[in-house]
Amino acid sequence: MDFTRRETLALGGAAALTFVLPFRANAAVDDAIAEFTGGAALADAGVELTAPEIAENGNTVPIAVSAPGATAIMLLAAGNPTPGVATFNFGPLAASQSASTRMRLAGTQDVIAIAKLADGSFARSAKTVKVTIGGCGG
Amino acid sequence: MASGVKPRVKVPKSASAGEAIVIKTLISHPMESGQRKDSNGNAIPRSIINRFTCEFNGQSVVDVTMEPAISTNPYFEFEATVPEAGDFVFTWYDDDGSVYNDTQSVAV
Repeated sequence: MDFTRRETLALGGAAALTFVLPFRANAAVDDAIAEFTGGAALADAGVELTAPEIAENGNTVPIAVSAPGATAIMLLAAGNPTPGVATFNFGPLAASQSASTRMRLAGTQDVIAIAKLADGSFARSAKTVKVTIGGCGG
Repeated sequence: MASGVKPRVKVPKSASAGEAIVIKTLISHPMESGQRKDSNGNAIPRSIINRFTCEFNGQSVVDVTMEPAISTNPYFEFEATVPEAGDFVFTWYDDDGSVYNDTQSVAV
């Protein structure tokens, strides 16, 4: 099987793109996490993320987070053009460290919640949401 | 910039001291993400509410930093403790510098 020069270049370009694109998106997520945690280790338990498995409309995806005893919870959408979604800072009068809101998702992707617990440690939870229609006006 | 912004807040009229109550807030706002393009292909500039706070008698309940990934008409639901009678003050901060307020009183 012989490739022409043009075909080889096209293949190489496509391969490079598939490697570079996810890497860039992940780097932005990692940066956001590092900025929030200061590079601390992330525990698996301690934060609960409630999101639909399949969201028909990516423009309004209902989502709820809960982390007993947390002082702050950060929400990230790993596959959005900008991964940040919101950061909840709970004050002394918050009855429970939980909140729900609605977010935009550009496509099927992981939603990540990171909670800063009262003792200074961090917990992480992630959930994959399938999106039928993306919510970034593509 | 954003027109027709109207906050709506649902808070119980009364509560017993120390009770946890559920608060629901919604504010009508287009939350232009900065990712969309108009019919000529020009990007529509970002215009969102970037911060929301809720305070009770001056003490913070929740302080939310928002990014463009929050949906149009941002909605929040959370729980607050009511130690005494007083006012909940809700504040939204817009990208263009506008501040939207709402106040709700709770009797004990």
